[in-house]
Amino acid sequence: MIQVEDLTKFYSDLCAVDHINLEIPKGEIMGLLGPNGAGKTTTLRMLTGYFQPTSGSIRIKDCAVDEQPVMVKGLIGYLPESAPLYPGMLVYDYLLYIANIRGLRDQARQGRIADLVERCGLQGIMHKTIGELSKGLKQRVGLAHAMMSDPEILILDEPTSGLDPNQIVEIRDIIRAIGREKTVILSTHILSEAEATCDRIVIIHEGRIVADDRTANLKHSAGDTRQINLCLQNAEAEDVRRRLGALEGIADVTTRAQAGDGRQDVTLVCRSSQDVRASIYAAVKATDWILLEFVQHTRDLESIFRELTKEN
Amino acid sequence: MQQVVYILNKELKDFFISPIAYIVMAVFLLVTGWLFFSAFFVFDQADMRNFFNLLPMTFAFVIPAITMRLFAEELSSGSYETLLTLPVTFRDIILGKYLAGVAMVAALLVPTLSYPIFISFMGELDWGPVLGGYIGAVFMGAAFTGVGLFASALTRNQIIAFITGAVICFTLTTIERMLFFVPGPLLKVLGQLGASLHFQNIARGIVDSRDLIYFISVAFLGLYAAHLVMQEKK
Repeated sequence: MIQVEDLTKFYSDLCAVDHINLEIPKGEIMGLLGPNGAGKTTTLRMLTGYFQPTSGSIRIKDCAVDEQPVMVKGLIGYLPESAPLYPGMLVYDYLLYIANIRGLRDQARQGRIADLVERCGLQGIMHKTIGELSKGLKQRVGLAHAMMSDPEILILDEPTSGLDPNQIVEIRDIIRAIGREKTVILSTHILSEAEATCDRIVIIHEGRIVADDRTANLKHSAGDTRQINLCLQNAEAEDVRRRLGALEGIADVTTRAQAGDGRQDVTLVCRSSQDVRASIYAAVKATDWILLEFVQHTRDLESIFRELTKEN
Repeated sequence: MQQVVYILNKELKDFFISPIAYIVMAVFLLVTGWLFFSAFFVFDQADMRNFFNLLPMTFAFVIPAITMRLFAEELSSGSYETLLTLPVTFRDIILGKYLAGVAMVAALLVPTLSYPIFISFMGELDWGPVLGGYIGAVFMGAAFTGVGLFASALTRNQIIAFITGAVICFTLTTIERMLFFVPGPLLKVLGQLGASLHFQNIARGIVDSRDLIYFISVAFLGLYAAHLVMQEKK
C-alpha cells in the first residue's frame, strides 16, 4: 500500500528525517513513536505530500506522491497535529466544505456527514464556530474531517492529544474499527496508546528508525528481564542483600531505606526464564521481616522506548 | 474547476463573516465619498473625474487590506497544512482565493454606483467615461488583488502582508510621478509601468487593449509569484 524508500528531509542544515525505509501493507495500523523532535510529524507531512522530501521516494498504491499529488491526496485522510481547522467557520459549514472538496455529492454527502456526526459524537456542536470549541471537540471535528471521504489511508498526527480518557477509548475504538479494512498510520508519544491500538510499532529517534516490529514481538523482546519490587519492614539492608542475592535466578539486588520508619524498598532484577517468586517468598518467610509489598514488573514498551531513544 | 468554485465560495463567506470586510468597506466609502463630494460642489461639474482620479491611490491601500488575510491567516493558524493535504492543486487554491478577492473588490465598488446615479439627477452626466471608469476600476482592482495575494503568501503576519502589498501597489500608482529621478533611456519603459496612467486612459472612456493587457499582466505576475512562493514552502 505504502512504500517509503530512503526518505530524507533536511531543514537547511538540520537533518530531520534520515534515510527512512518503510513498507506498510493494507489493513495495518502502524504506530509511529518517538520523542519530541524525532521526525514523526515531518515524516507524516511528507507522506501526505505537504512537504517535499529532500531525497528518497514515497509510493502510495504504486503512485509517486510527487508525480500525482492530487490523486494521492484523494486517497489519504489526514489529521494534522492539534487539528488546525478554520476557526471562524461553523462545524457544519466546515464539514460541508470538506465533503464538497472531497467530491461527495448530494445524497452521499448528507449521508456521510450524518454518519460522521454520529461516529465522532458531534451532535449539538454543529452550529458552533470551530474557534469556540474545546481542544477535544476540535480534535473530533478534525477526525471527522480526516474520515470524510472514507479514505483508504488514514494518517493521524497525535489523534488523542487533548482528549479526556473516555474520548481516548472512543477514538481508539474508532481507529481499530477503521483499521480492519483501511491502512492507518498514527503518531503518538503515549506508549500505552500505541500498545493498545497498533498492530505494528515503529520507533524513530533523531530521524532514524530504531525499532520496527509487530507490537506483540516488541513487547516479547522486552520481557527478557523481569523486575520485582519488595517493601520490607524490620530488615537490615546488608542482610537483605545477602539473603536474597544468594537465591537462584536473581541477577541483582538493590535496597533503599525509606526515610524515618526503617522500611526497605528492594528492587530485584531477575534472569529471564525462571520464576523466582516462590523462592523469594520462602526466603522472606524464613526471617522475621514483614513483607508489605510484592510486585512483579515485566519490562514494558516504556523501558524499550527509553532505552532506544536515550540521548547519546 | 469545481474545486476553484468551492474555495471561492468558502473565501467569500469568510470575508463576510469576519468584520474586516465591513470595516474596509466603510473606510473605503467614507474616504472616497468625502474626498469626492467635498470637491464636487466646488467645481460644479456633473462628472466623476475627481472620483476616478483618486481611485488608484485609495485602491493601493484598500485592496492589500482585503487580500492580506488570504494566505497569511492560513499560515498563522496552521490550516494551510489542512488545505494543502486536500485533493486540490496550487492552481485551484490560488485561483479560488484570487477570484474571491476580485469579487470582494467588485462588491466594494457597487455602493459607489449611487454617485453617478445621484449626479445624473443634478446635471447632464456623460455615461461613457463613467462606464470606462468602472471597467478600469475592476481591471485595476484585479491587478492589485494579484499583488496583494502574492504579498499575503509571503508571510504569516497579516500586517506585514498588508504593508508589503500596499508598498508595491503604491509604487505602481505613483511611479510616473517619480520619473524625474530616472535617467532618459529608462523613462519610456518605466513610464509604461504606472497603474494610474493606464487606469486614467480607460477612465477617459477609451478602452484600449494595451491598458487592459497591462492590468492582466500585473495580475498574472502576482499570481505566478504566489505560486512560486507556495512551491518554495513545500
